[in-house]
Amino acid sequence: MSTWSSLTRHRRLVAAACVLSAAMAAAAAQEHPTRIVSIVPALTEALFAMGAGDRVVGVGSFATHPAEVASRPRVGGLIDPDMEQIFALRPDLVLLYETQRDQIAQLRRAGIPVFAHAHGGLTDTLSVIRRLGARIGQPQDAARVSGTIETRLAALRSRLGGRTPPRVLLVFGREPGSLRNVYASGGVGFLHDMLGAAGGRNVFAAVRRESVQLTSEAILAAAPEVIVELTYDKRMTAATQAAEIAVWDRLPAVPAVRTRRVHLLLGNQFVQPGPRLADATEAIAQVLHPDAFQ
Amino acid sequence: MTGVSTVASVSAAPGGDLRRRVRMVQIGFGALAAAVCLIAPLLGPTAINLRQVFDPAIPFADNVDAQIFFIARLPRALAGALVGASLAAAGVVLQALLRNPLATPFTLGVSAGASLGAMLVITLGFPLALAGIPAVPVASFAGALGAVAIVYWLATMRRQGLSTNVLLLAGVTLNSLFSAIILFVQYLADFTQSFQAVRWVMGNLDVSSYGPILSALPPMGLAFAAFARLPRALNLLTLGADSAAARGVDVLRTQRLAFLSASLATGAAVALGGPIGFIGIIIPHLVRLLLGADHRLVLPASAGLGAAFLVTCDVAARTLLSPMELPVGIITALLGGPFFLWLLVRNR
Repeated sequence: MSTWSSLTRHRRLVAAACVLSAAMAAAAAQEHPTRIVSIVPALTEALFAMGAGDRVVGVGSFATHPAEVASRPRVGGLIDPDMEQIFALRPDLVLLYETQRDQIAQLRRAGIPVFAHAHGGLTDTLSVIRRLGARIGQPQDAARVSGTIETRLAALRSRLGGRTPPRVLLVFGREPGSLRNVYASGGVGFLHDMLGAAGGRNVFAAVRRESVQLTSEAILAAAPEVIVELTYDKRMTAATQAAEIAVWDRLPAVPAVRTRRVHLLLGNQFVQPGPRLADATEAIAQVLHPDAFQ
Repeated sequence: MTGVSTVASVSAAPGGDLRRRVRMVQIGFGALAAAVCLIAPLLGPTAINLRQVFDPAIPFADNVDAQIFFIARLPRALAGALVGASLAAAGVVLQALLRNPLATPFTLGVSAGASLGAMLVITLGFPLALAGIPAVPVASFAGALGAVAIVYWLATMRRQGLSTNVLLLAGVTLNSLFSAIILFVQYLADFTQSFQAVRWVMGNLDVSSYGPILSALPPMGLAFAAFARLPRALNLLTLGADSAAARGVDVLRTQRLAFLSASLATGAAVALGGPIGFIGIIIPHLVRLLLGADHRLVLPASAGLGAAFLVTCDVAARTLLSPMELPVGIITALLGGPFFLWLLVRNR
C-alpha cells in the first residue's frame, strides 16, 4: 500500500516536472521562435516579407516564393507532411494547416508550439499576417506587410473610381481541353473577395460556398461579361494557353466569349493568399478594367 | 444465379411467339429511351422558350435558349443514352460470359485502365488534344484497351481457349494493381490536379459539344453489332461451356466476341462519361426480374432501360443543386448500392 502511494506521489512529481518544463519551454519559445518550419506557402511568404526569413528552417512542398525558399529543406504539404523531417529540424514553431489535426496533436505532445492556419477571406489573410507577426515577436514588421497590402488595395479602389463592376465568372479549375468539371468561386472566400477588390461582380456570389462546380447550362444562364481563369501551371506554353482560352468558344452566347473577354492568369499568387495578394488583385483588375491602367 | 434456371424454359417458347416478344421488347424499350432523350433536354434549372430555341430568325450565336438546349442539354442526354446503353448491355454480356450475377462492366479491369489513362493526362498535363479530341477521353480509351489486352493475354496464354476463371482473377487483380498506380500518380500530383482526377472518377456527361459523342460512336457501334450476334449463344453459355459446346455453340469464338465487344463498349462509355458505376449491374437485373433470363430479350431491353435510366439520373445531376452540378456517379451509386446489397442477400 505504501509502495503504491509512494509510486503515485513519484508519478505526480514526474508529471509536475514534465508539465513545468514543457510550460517553460513553451514560454521560452513563445518569446522568440528561432527555428520556424512552415508547411503553408502563404505564411512562408509572409515570414520572408516580415524579414524573418533567416529563421525559417523548413518549408512546404509547394513553396516557391520568395526565391530563398529554394535553399530550405522541404517538409511535405497539406496531405503528406513529413513529420520525421519536421522533428529532425528541431523547430520551436511549426506553421501548418488547421485541418492537420493529427500532426498538430503530435507536435503538441512533443512540446513544439504550433501556429494553425485556415484560409479565409481577404480580411482574414491580413489578420493572419498580423497574428503571425505578433507570434514571432515582429508585430511592427507584420503591420508594415499587411499595411502595404491595404494601402495598395485602397489605391486600386481609387484608381478604379466609379467604374461599373462587370459581371465576372472566376474559374480556378476544369478538365484540360474541355468545359467539364468547371470549378468557380462562389460568394465566400479570398477569391471572391479579391474579385470584389479588383472591381468585379461575381456571377455566383449568391452561392454561399468557396467553390461551385458548374454545368455549361449554369454558365450560359449566368451570362458573365468577363471570364477570368486562374491557373498556376507554369509549364503552360503560349499555344496551350491560346487553346485553353479557345475552349470557351463552345459557349458562343456567353457575353465574355463574344466580346473576347476570356482571360487566363498564370501564377500561384492567385491561389496562395499571402503578401502577393495585392499583386494578384491588381492583375485581375487589369483584365477587368484595362482602361484604368492606360 | 436465379436467372439462369429459367433460360431453358424461355428458350423453349415457340419461335413465332418469341420473335414477336423480341420485337415488342426492342420497340418498347427503344421507344422508352428515345422518349426520355426527347424529354430530358426540355427539363432543367433554367427556363427556356422552345419557340425561341427553334427560331431560325435568331442567329445561333445570339440565341441563349438554343445554346442551352443544343449545347448544355441535348449532348448530355445523347451521351447519357450511349453510356447507359453501353454499360447496361456490357453488364449483361459479362454476367453471362463469367456466369456470375455480380459481374459488372468494370470487373475485368477496363475501367481501372481507363481511369489510369485519364489520371495520367490530368496530372501530368499531357498535350491538350489529339486531332481535335481532348486528350483525357483519348487516354482513357487507350488505357481501357491496354487493360483489355493484358487481361485477354493472361486468360488465353495458359491453355487452349479462354479461361473465364483466369479472366475474372486477372481482371480483379488488374483492378487493384491499376488502383494502386492511380493512387501513386495522384499522390505525386498537386492538389488541384488530384482533385480534378478524383472528380473525373465520379463521372460527368457535360460534354458541351458533339465531338466526343461522335468519336464514341464507332467503337460502340462495333460493340453493339457484336452484341446483336450473341444472345442465343449466351443463353446456351450460361448453362456451362460443355453443354453449350454439345449444342453446337463455338464456345471460344463466343467467349472471345463477348469479352472483346463488352470491353470495347465499356471502354468507349468510360472515355465518354467517366466510370459511372452500378448501371451495368442494376439494369440487367431489373430487366431479368421483368422479362426473365432470355438474352434475346434481356440484351435489347437492358440497353434501352440503361439509356433511359442514366439520362434520368443526369437530369437530376444537373438540376437538383443548380447552379452546382452533382456528380452523376453519386446518384447512380446511391440508387445502385442498396440495390446491389439487396441482390447479394437475395442470392444467398
